[in-house]
Formats: sequence, C-alpha cells, structure tokens
Amino acid sequence: MTAEAGLAALWLAAALSLLGLVLSVLHYRGTLDADRSVRAVAIVHGALCLFAFAMLLVVFARTDLSVALVAENSHSAKPFIYKVAGAWGNHEGSMLLWVTVLGLSGAALAAFSRQLTSRTLVAALGAQAALALGFHGFLLFASNPFARLNPAAPEGRGLNPLLQDPGLAFHPPTLYLGYVGLSVAFSLAVGAMLTGQVDRILARAMRPWVLGAWIFLTLGITAGSYWAYYELGWGGWWFWDPVENASLMPWLAATALLHSVSVLAARNGLKAWTMMLAVIAFSMSMVGTFLVRSGILTSVHSFAVDPTRGAFLLLLLGIYVTAAFVLFAVRAGSLREGAPFEIVSREAGIVANNLILTVILGIVFIGTLYPLMVEAVAGEKLSVGAPYFNAVAGPLAIILGVLLTVGPLLSWRHESRPVLRKLRIPVFIAAIALAIAFFALPQASILSKLGLALAAGLLPAALIPLLRRNPFRAPLATWGMAIAHAGAAVAIAGMAADSAMTIERLTAAKPGERVEVGPWLVEFVGVTPAAGPNWTAIEAELRATRGGGVHVMKPQTRFFTDPPTETNEAAIDTVLCGQLYTVIGRPDEDGRWQLRLWWKPMVTLIWLGGALIALGGLFAFAGHARRAWRRRAMA
Amino acid sequence: MSRSLRFLPVAVVLILIAAFVWRLANPPDSTVPSRMVGRAVPAFQLADAVPTMPGFTSAELATGKPRLVNLFASWCVPCIAEAPVLKDLKRRGVAIDGIAIRDRPDDVAMFLQKNGNPFQRIGSDPTSRVQIALGTAGVPESFVVDGRGVIRHQHIGPIAPGEVPTILAELEKAR
Repeated sequence: MTAEAGLAALWLAAALSLLGLVLSVLHYRGTLDADRSVRAVAIVHGALCLFAFAMLLVVFARTDLSVALVAENSHSAKPFIYKVAGAWGNHEGSMLLWVTVLGLSGAALAAFSRQLTSRTLVAALGAQAALALGFHGFLLFASNPFARLNPAAPEGRGLNPLLQDPGLAFHPPTLYLGYVGLSVAFSLAVGAMLTGQVDRILARAMRPWVLGAWIFLTLGITAGSYWAYYELGWGGWWFWDPVENASLMPWLAATALLHSVSVLAARNGLKAWTMMLAVIAFSMSMVGTFLVRSGILTSVHSFAVDPTRGAFLLLLLGIYVTAAFVLFAVRAGSLREGAPFEIVSREAGIVANNLILTVILGIVFIGTLYPLMVEAVAGEKLSVGAPYFNAVAGPLAIILGVLLTVGPLLSWRHESRPVLRKLRIPVFIAAIALAIAFFALPQASILSKLGLALAAGLLPAALIPLLRRNPFRAPLATWGMAIAHAGAAVAIAGMAADSAMTIERLTAAKPGERVEVGPWLVEFVGVTPAAGPNWTAIEAELRATRGGGVHVMKPQTRFFTDPPTETNEAAIDTVLCGQLYTVIGRPDEDGRWQLRLWWKPMVTLIWLGGALIALGGLFAFAGHARRAWRRRAMA
Repeated sequence: MSRSLRFLPVAVVLILIAAFVWRLANPPDSTVPSRMVGRAVPAFQLADAVPTMPGFTSAELATGKPRLVNLFASWCVPCIAEAPVLKDLKRRGVAIDGIAIRDRPDDVAMFLQKNGNPFQRIGSDPTSRVQIALGTAGVPESFVVDGRGVIRHQHIGPIAPGEVPTILAELEKAR
C-alpha cells in the first residue's frame, strides 16, 4: 500500500497546485481575496510532496521488488545507505525529489514571508504553483515512480556502481536544493514584475533564497568535482562535461544575482537587471535538468534516453522560460531605477562583476550547445573541449579575481577615498608571488602563474573589510563576504597550482619495481584480490616514500557483478602540501601492470576553497536572518 | 534599455528551444566521424622520443608517398597487442611513423626493445598537444596520410590482424 499512498499524495498535490494557481489568478485580478487560502494551499501542497517522497524512501529501504523502479535500480545485497540513496539515483526518483523541493520551497515562502505585499506574494505563489503543476504532470504521465510490477521481480537489477559512493549519494540532492531553490527567486521575480513592485522589500525577500540556493549549488559543484576527481581515475578535477556545465551555469547566474540583489536591497538600483538574472538563473536550472534528464548531449553521466520524457520536459521549459522572458520584455521598461551611481563606486564594481560573470556564463553556454547548433544548422559534427573553455574563461576569471580585490573596499554611490592605497600590501605580496612563479616554475603556463599571483594577493585583500573596526564586531554578512572571497582565493590557488605543478607518470611496472614521480619514490609491491559486498577487485599495494615514513596505498580495479561493470578506484594519499594520486590499470602478458601516478601539489585547495565559499554564504545567510529577525521584533 | 533589446532573451530562448526540438527529433548518432579526414595534418614539430631515432615535423609527412602515423605509448596495453600487426605492415612495405603519447625516453626504448620497432621516426608528444590537435581520444590510433600530407583515413583503437587489408586498401587509395 505504501506505493499507492505515495501515488495518491502526488495526485492530490497536483490538484492542489492547480487550485493554488486558479486562486492566485483570481486574487491578482481582484475578483477574490484569496491571500490566506493561497498560502494554506501552498503549505499543504508542500506537505503532500514530502509525504510522497517519504513513501518512495520507504519502498527503497525495504527493497520492495513489486515496485518497478526498485526492481530496476536496487538490489537486496546493496548496503543500506545506498538502498536509500537509490531512491533518487534514478530518473523518476530524482524528478520526485525535484518536485518535493519545489513544493517545500513554496510552502516555506507561504509560511514565512511577511514583508511582501499580499498581491506580489500571491502572484509569486501562483507562479510557483504553475511550475509545480507542470512537473506534477510530468511525473504522473511520463515518469511515475510508484508504478507496480506484476509479478514482482525475483531480484533487483542493481545501481550504477559508479554511483555507489558516499559523495555521489548526496551530490544530486544538494544540487537539486540549489536548482530548485532558485525557483523561488524566479517566482518572486515573476510576481514582482506582474505587480510592478520591484523594490528593496522584494530584494530582501529574495536574498535568503538566492543565498541558500547558491550555498547548495556551491557545495554540490565542489562535491561533484571531487567525485569526478577520485572516481574517474584520470586525476582531473573538472572536465567541462555538458552535465558539469549544466550545474556551473546556474551557479554563475546565481553568483551574479546574489550580488545584484544586494544592490537592489541596499540602494534600490539594478532593478531590471536583477529581475532578468533571477529569470536566467532558474532557466539555467531547468535547461540543466533537461540536458541531464533527456540525455541529448553525450556525457560521462550516461542516463537512459527517452524521447517522450525529453519532449515533455522541453515543453515545460519552453512554456515557463518563454513566458518569463516575454513578461520581462514587456515590463522591464516600466521599472524606475533607484539612486544613480558614479563610475568608481561599489555599484559600478558589482555591475562589472555581473557583466564578467554573465560573459563567462555565455561562454560556457555557447561551448556546451555550440556542437548541437552546428549539427542542427550545418549537419557537421564537432565537439568543444577543455582547451576552448580554459583559454576563453580562464583570462576572464583572472580579471574577475582582480575586481574582487578592489570591489568590496569601495563605498556605495561615490568613492572619494584613495582606496588603492589600502591594497599596497596585497599588491606587493602578489608581485613577489609572480616573481617566484616565473623563477621557480618556468614551464608553467602564463595563466597559471597569474593565477598563483592573484590568489596570493586576493587572500589578504579579501580580509581588509574586516580590519576597519574590531573584527569580531563586524556584521556577520561582512564576515561572510570576507570568508567567501578568501575561499575564492584559495580555490584559485589550487586550480593554478594543479595546472602549474602537477607531475604525471604513466608506466607499466612489475612487482618489486620502483617508480619515481616528483619527490616520491613509489615501490610496486604486488597485487592481491579483494572483495566487497557486491564487487570483487584486483588491489595493488604501493609503498610511497619521500625521505620520511612509508605511505601504503592500495588502488583497485573493481568488478561489479550486477550490472557487470569495471571501475578504477584511485588510491589518494593526502599530505599537507598536496596529494599523491595512484591508479592501477591492466596487466600485460609478462606480468607488468599499468600504473598511473600523479603528484599534485596544493590540489586540495580547490575543494577547500569551494567549502570556504559555501561557509561564507552560510555566515551571510545567518547575518541577514538575524537582521531580519531584529527588524521584525522591533516592528 | 530599448524595446527590441528587451526581446533579445526571448529570441535566444526560442532559438535554443528549436535546437532542442531538432535534437529530440534527430537522436544523436554515437559514431563520431573524424573531422580530420580530408584535411592536412595540423602543424607540429615533435622532438625525438628516443635518442637513437629522429623525431619529425608535420611538414616532413608530405613525402610524395602515403604513410601510416601511429599514436602509441609504452604504458598502453592494447599497443602491445597491436605491435605484431604494425611489424607485419612494415614487412609489407608500409612506411610507419610513431608518436609516443605522454611517455619517457627510457620507457619508449624498453617498449621498442620488447615489442619490436616498426617505426622509421618517432616523435614525442609529452603533453598530448598533438594528440588533441589530431582529434583523438585514446591510444592507439592510426592515420593514413597521403603524399601531400593530407589525412585520408583514421583508425580508432588497435589495428587487429583482420583489419590489415583495410589499412592496405586505404594506403593504396591514398597513393
């Protein structure tokens, strides 16, 4: 009965989203005062979605093989945690998770929003209900997660072994929280454009959603990058894969939106631009979901391709995105911009930041979709790879980083103080770092040298806003900004160091042989078989030394039985100044084994930086929440 | 913002949707033909991969007669399986140049010593730069280059003994 209860809840939720949409239209047209009922409908709708998702978790936890989805994607021998994670490790389950997050966001908006005018809030809830309605239709008609199988399957058909990994079990839900969190910013923008009330109150209502979604996207992308790094076995941390790009594009838009919404909240400026970014950010989330779920772009994330589902998702995407952009085109002209600002001011800095982020977004967008466009128009097949993205986006990222050192020091509206004087120490540090990079790393690319110098200067510069007064009395939001910007410096340092200093060694070795990689001497001791709950493996033993103690590393080649798949499990040894990354490949006839070894100085900084950026977001979130709380207590 | 500019995003969205519709109607064909076939070899200069043999430049591939260019590596296991086939091709009079991908001189020398040396010249591509320019994803891969330095055929993966006639036919066509 569990599956039927879940399905019933989904149908009810779909009906409620239709009701919410109709009520909010009536409210908007002034036919009916439906403020309270629209809010109530949104809250009950969220609860029903959550209930349906809980039912899906239950059938997966029990491995109920009479549910088709469980039979296809789970297995009784799978570890419990991956049984549960299997609920969203497939198409139907992940779309149900998507809708659940959408429903919960709508409920939270209905429950906690106080400042917005009733008209704008109800219009936003109406937009949210319209989104939910479309995706409910998609679930019920094209992707029913609760369909039964009669007779029940004797055993499940496993889960993609690549996905049997703690990092990946939580990577998709994190990204979804980010993707769908942006739906609220989208709905608020649509609501505000409908009522014409684009103002500071709207910005304050929108900011926590953007910030929250952005934190999850940052964490999701960072985790996904680390997963690709250790699971794919080639030592790379970003592959410019279409699905990776699909998560990066909403992040870029959300990062720009986060900054422009602050301008709207503080200075009542950049109205049209902020509205457009809010529409773009969620549109990119939908494009991302469509690209991943329709499987139209070839990618390492191979999901089953189903043209009906692709068409359905495309229809939804087309309706929502086109409608929002048409609304923008019609209404943007009537928005009155707030106080003017000068060319040297914090507003101007944020505008520049927004423009560069948008251009990078455009570059990633074009690079990801260019092959599709060319094939559609000219019939010619081609692929766009890392060299394009690195060459075009890299220099822009450096410019953005330079801007990052100056921007936070500028005042609103008009800057009269000699700000650059404050940057003397960071500039000095960056210059020294650049000199060292040129001297010590002659073979590194100019971009990675600049990146190292930029990171060295940006790190101290990011902390300057804290130095004005007693740092512990600075607002939490200022702390958040400083931490996030310092995190960007740390991540840039990691990326530049990885490209400048990585040492690679690909070789075939017999047991007993020694291989040198950078400062390390790695002894290949031998191979032994190993086994886990649903896999067997060949495990190599490597003993790595560089003067001091011995690090024992055990990379594996794993063979999963159900479905039969082979994966490389890299063994990674993290030391203070970097990571030694080892992979065992296949043997040849003479008993020599393929070994892939990398010494990657400072590479961990990439993900440490990502985590710091998210932590900064958390500080800012807490700061704004505290301020809103006080404002409410005073009112 | 002018009115027409404000409708620009709508136009971009519509174009995008049209492309997606087209793709859904014409599902992707997973075989990727090389874009390089019919084009001149991209310009490169490769230093020698082993001290005992010369490297070569792309210009030196235009010798007036068709040649086979083979991308290999000492760390690549399928390359070992391919080695006897290359030797067979050499015996049949095919001129073969090698490009060692991400390799080291000692390792290449050892590989040649163990598996035989069918190559006339071996260039070293330590950073995969030429490999990417040639549009290949893995090793081994082989290219038939005609006498004017134009790529006429691409073979992905090791050449199996049964595929020797295909390669010989392609070399003949390129003459």
